[in-house]
Amino acid sequence: MSGLSDHPETRNITYRQALNEALAEELERDPNVFLMGEEVAEYNGAYKVSQGLLEKFGAKRIVDAPISEGGFAGLGIGAAMLGLRPVIEFMTFSFSLVAFDQVVNNAPNMMTMSGGQFTVPITFRGPNGPAHQLGATHSHSTESLFANFPGLKICTPATARDAKGLLKTAIRDDNPVLVLESELLYNVKSYVEPEDQELLIPLGSAEIRRDGGDVTILCYAQTVRMAVDAAKTLNAEGIRAEVVDLRSIKPLDMETILTSVAKTHRVVIAEQDRPFCGIGSELCYRIQKEIFDELDAPILRVAQEEVPMPYNEALEKAVLPSEQKIVDAVKKVCNA
Amino acid sequence: MDKIQNKDAEVKMLSDMLLIRRFEERASQQYQMQKIGGFCHLYIGQEAVVVGSVAGVRHDDYIITAYRDHGHALARGTTANACMAELFGKATGCSKGLGGSMHFFDRENAMLGGHAIVGGHVPLAAGFGFASRYKGEDRVTLCYFGDGAINQGAFHEALNLAALYNLPVIFVCENNYFAMGTSVTRSTGLKEIADRARGYDMGSCAVDGMDVRAVRDTFHDVAEKIRKEPQPWFVEARTYRYRGHSMSDPATYRTKEELEKYKESDPIVKFRAVLTQEGLLTQERFDELDEAAKQAAIESVKFAEDSPEPPVEELYNYTFVNEGAK
Ligand SMILES: Cc1ncc(C[n+]2csc(CCOP(=O)(O)OP(=O)(O)O)c2C)c(N)n1
Ligand SMILES: [Mg+2]
Repeated sequence: MSGLSDHPETRNITYRQALNEALAEELERDPNVFLMGEEVAEYNGAYKVSQGLLEKFGAKRIVDAPISEGGFAGLGIGAAMLGLRPVIEFMTFSFSLVAFDQVVNNAPNMMTMSGGQFTVPITFRGPNGPAHQLGATHSHSTESLFANFPGLKICTPATARDAKGLLKTAIRDDNPVLVLESELLYNVKSYVEPEDQELLIPLGSAEIRRDGGDVTILCYAQTVRMAVDAAKTLNAEGIRAEVVDLRSIKPLDMETILTSVAKTHRVVIAEQDRPFCGIGSELCYRIQKEIFDELDAPILRVAQEEVPMPYNEALEKAVLPSEQKIVDAVKKVCNA
Repeated sequence: MDKIQNKDAEVKMLSDMLLIRRFEERASQQYQMQKIGGFCHLYIGQEAVVVGSVAGVRHDDYIITAYRDHGHALARGTTANACMAELFGKATGCSKGLGGSMHFFDRENAMLGGHAIVGGHVPLAAGFGFASRYKGEDRVTLCYFGDGAINQGAFHEALNLAALYNLPVIFVCENNYFAMGTSVTRSTGLKEIADRARGYDMGSCAVDGMDVRAVRDTFHDVAEKIRKEPQPWFVEARTYRYRGHSMSDPATYRTKEELEKYKESDPIVKFRAVLTQEGLLTQERFDELDEAAKQAAIESVKFAEDSPEPPVEELYNYTFVNEGAK
């Protein structure tokens, strides 16, 4: 039920392949969709997500851009104002920070500033969050930064299936949507429906990866697998953890979250970003506000340590959330 | 459109400049009476730039500008009523009262906004040019910005992209010699602003932005050229703002003499004299036009005052398309 592992005799593809299929299908379906970014065309994508798309759709639709994130993010927003549906690839979201003004000031504000005359149906996508020993500048988890801006939608697929279904939905959404992928997941395979079956996963719907009655682990993107592994370990010790994959940060599926918490009465949040004003802060606030009486223990958060990311492998590991850290946190809230 | 002087079109340029000036004089007065909030940047003195450039291109060509945008909307045909109502924050404003002075938009007149982050809108213009080419339209885009914007990264990135992809965009630097209190000589390591374009192998020229005919002719020629053969172009329009940077700025960084010197080549006074001399305008006709502009401005205040506020119940209607609060 987790959706994370291979299913024998069904179609298992990589997260990368799933994204590629989503792009190809949407490019095929709607002539207004185009892909722009650094190395997306002739190089076939820095992480090969756009492999083969130039050949299939041509240089008009698959457009290589120079290293000008602010420039091409803004170009995409302008094109979207006139009805095109750009998919803008950031080589990583760490580099979206030099385009921050475009993403947070132009994309989500246009509809309000123009009194509804202009909308921005754009998708920004690319890997987000720490990968492996990329150091301080290349390891940013940007979700809580962008989540602070009204008018942006944000999704965080953890499986190949979600990567495909969420990206397709994002491209069809009439609002700016950020699809925050993960480099560490690109090679991971899991079940995805056959190509002839349209796969659209709505934004704002969480997925229960594992049922349990003792504690709820809220997670997304990179922390989903850790949470599921932690739940398995805990199961052996008699603790039944329910793992809720948020799948989208904005909109947030509060109904699924609250239903789970009302059942388990205990919460651990496993998030891939930094703790200060992170996604977990908002989740804590909302849970205690809505169902304070249901909580039997304080909510604990497993997030990054509050330091710039060190290069050293062991130190990086110490900074990041992990299965073990989640297990420890769960035991703490269960003993509280 | 040919350059042969068409009397009605010439007179319309004069009346458009008059409308902008009279409208802003009223806006200034209303601001002082605290009917208008926030920042308010007046365009007075620079009218020939937008009126001439808009007259030189097609009405379906896209325009986009910075926050000193009242003139751009009015020149495009947004009514004085809709503009004043926007300043008053009313539901009948050109951006429904949600944009304010710095964010006038008018989709019908292909006015894609006033934008308030210096240089931040220039990449959007590249996007309009990209969309024109993508859709196979022959529309060009006019992107206005100030002399202060040419040192901003977004500006440079956009010019490079426009050159790289051969986008039909005219980058219009309205050089009024000041960015707030910083003169061009204190901000820019270039003698000629138009030379910025050289770094992108982009054609460029400078025009007297106080001469509405010269502006119109320049833009007409450039627009027709890049319409046929898509490519970006850079035009520096030399002009001057008479008022402070915004309503709160007494402009003590420049001398009275300098201001008076520029006022001698006032675009309205100058063009009026030309038209009169050519027999296209009488004293009476001028008075009529001026009176009409003044009346339109007065009426716009009344319209704005009488207009409803945007309903608070609709607060969440403009954050996402077709969705309420989330
Ligand atoms: C990125 C950014 N920095 C600073 C400002 C504050 N600011 C607004 S207008 C302005 C001066 C810009 O001058 P210029 O581009 O010459 O345009 P003008 O006001 O002369 O029309 C400044 C510094 C801003 N709006 N955006
Ligand atoms: Mg200036």
